[in-house]
Amino acid sequence: MTPFMGYFMLGSAFLLIISMALMLGRLLGGPTLYDRLLAVNSFGTKTVLFLCVFCFIIGRPDGVDIALLYALMNFIGTIAVLKFFNYQSLDVNLSAQKTAQKTAQSEDLS
Amino acid sequence: MSLLFAAASETAHAAEQAVHVDWLGVFRTLGTLVSMATGLFFVLAGTIGVLRLPDFYTRLHAAGMTDTLGAELILLALMFQSDSIQMVLKLLLVAFFLLVTSPTATHAVAHAAYRAGLKPLLGEYRAPEIEEDGT
Repeated sequence: MTPFMGYFMLGSAFLLIISMALMLGRLLGGPTLYDRLLAVNSFGTKTVLFLCVFCFIIGRPDGVDIALLYALMNFIGTIAVLKFFNYQSLDVNLSAQKTAQKTAQSEDLS
Repeated sequence: MSLLFAAASETAHAAEQAVHVDWLGVFRTLGTLVSMATGLFFVLAGTIGVLRLPDFYTRLHAAGMTDTLGAELILLALMFQSDSIQMVLKLLLVAFFLLVTSPTATHAVAHAAYRAGLKPLLGEYRAPEIEEDGT
C-alpha cells in the first residue's frame, strides 16, 4: 500500500468514526424505542466497516474475520431485542405463535 | 496476470522505449478512491438523515440506504486494495452477510414499530389501518 493510500484509508476511518459518533446522538436522544434500535443497528454496521478499514490500515487484514463475526452478532442482537420487546420474553416459539394466541383467547372466553 | 502485463510492457518497451505504466495499479487505486469516496458520501448522508429527518419511518429509509449501498461500496474499495484472493473472498463474505442481514433487520424494526402502533407523520395521505392478524 502506497503512503498516499495509507493516508486516504486513515481519513476514511476518521470519517467513519465521525459518522458513528453522530449516530450515537440519535441513540441517546431517540424519542422512541425503535429509533434507538435503528441507531444501534446502523452503529453496528458502521463498526463492521470501521473494523475492515482499520485492519487494512495496520497491515493485518486477518482481522476481517472479526468484522464478519460482528456483522452476524449485530443482526442476531437486533432480532433478539425486537422479539423481547414484542413478546416480553425470549422464550416464545415464533412458528407456534398463532396457535398459542388462539388457545389463550379461547381460555379467556371459557 | 502479472506475466501478461510484463510481456505487454516488454513489447511496448522494445517498440518505442515507452515509460512503464502499472495499469493494474492505476486501476486499483482509482477504483479504491472512487468507491471509498462514494461509499463514505452515502454513509455520511445516511447518518445526517437519521439525525435530521422528522419521523421514525423516514429515518428508517435513510438508515437502510446507509447499511446497503454505503457499506457495499466501502467493502468494494477494500477489495481493490487487498493483496490475496483469500482476502477478497473474506470481504465478499462480509458484503454478502451485510447485504442479507441489514435489510432484514431494517424490515424487522419497521414491522415491529408498525405492529406496535407507531403512527407515521402524515400530510394528506392516511395509512391503512393495522389488521387484526398483524400482516
